[in-house]
Amino acid sequence: MSERTIELEILRYDPEQDDAPHFQTYTVPYNEDWVVLDAINYVKDELDRTLSYRWSCHMAVCGSCGMVVNGEPALACHAFVRDYPDRIRIEPLQNFPIERDLVVVMDDFIDKLGSVKPYIVAKEEKTVEAGEYLQTPAELARFKSFTACINCLLCYSACPQYALNDAFVGPAALTLAHRYNLDSRDAGRSVREDVVASNPGIWECSFVGACSEVCPKSVDPAAAIQQVKIASTGDYFLDFLMPWKRK
Amino acid sequence: MSRRPFIQEPSKTGWWLKHPRYIRYMMREISSAFIGFYVLALIVGLFRLSQGEAAYNEFLTAATGPAGLIFAVFALLFAIYNTYTWFQVTPKAMPLMLAGKPVPGTIIVAVHWLGFVVASAALWLLAGS
Repeated sequence: MSERTIELEILRYDPEQDDAPHFQTYTVPYNEDWVVLDAINYVKDELDRTLSYRWSCHMAVCGSCGMVVNGEPALACHAFVRDYPDRIRIEPLQNFPIERDLVVVMDDFIDKLGSVKPYIVAKEEKTVEAGEYLQTPAELARFKSFTACINCLLCYSACPQYALNDAFVGPAALTLAHRYNLDSRDAGRSVREDVVASNPGIWECSFVGACSEVCPKSVDPAAAIQQVKIASTGDYFLDFLMPWKRK
Repeated sequence: MSRRPFIQEPSKTGWWLKHPRYIRYMMREISSAFIGFYVLALIVGLFRLSQGEAAYNEFLTAATGPAGLIFAVFALLFAIYNTYTWFQVTPKAMPLMLAGKPVPGTIIVAVHWLGFVVASAALWLLAGS
């Protein structure tokens, strides 16, 4: 390990002692191969055991280590130290209450995710003996990119709409709703509609597009939401023109 | 151990200055206002035309004066920016599948620009002749 060092400015908040968060600076060795998570792990292991943060897989799959690195929402395991200046500012995800240090309270997202029923609502339940629900590669291609979401919440941290309006269902939950609506095995679109096609649903989105820019899995939530807007507008006019066609 | 989460309050007014992408978004939204202003100016021009030659000439003089030209340049720049941003997002809002495969976004954007050029050329030929 070289003698070069970097400074990590980490936002600390201890609910038992602090009235407000404050930055604490740690000097850690510079390592060409380190991601920001490695540097934070060094702090935890060698310098300050009181630091709290979430992580698990260290390979951009679990979605646990989302935080704000130099003002940009990022997965700490997906952000190389070498790509930053020698002073890196690390904050918890924005738009969520801070539980402690870099750990945020994500209850609001979990509730919203559940509200869009992010699972297959089958047309009719089949027994195991009746076999699988079959799907062609072309049918899969319609929604495959939206399946890559790891619920890391970077999109919620980047979304100014969610920042200003707590009621907004938000990028990831709406995208997952769309992912299941597009699934040929699913019949739950009308069940999800009350949440998805409402004002706090898709119509609160003003298409800033920040969600798609920060998504570490290239899910493109902004695209999903605009597609739902178009589909929902179609439904609205269909209701007027051919009310007997729906439901 | 008691829970006492700290609520992060966003800035209600200055949020869009905090990141270049938010500024770009605001520019995109404001650009549509300039297109609206330009349409208003056109409507005023039509109204002046209905009032006769002298009135229309006054309008033309104002439109080609310094203030009119500055406005036209701004309106043109914002209109181009608005068109650019609008076309850039079309692949997101209108993804196409061809033979079971997604059509690349660059092709969807290119077709929009092609339509834009054809429509502009047609207007130029019709109005310019």
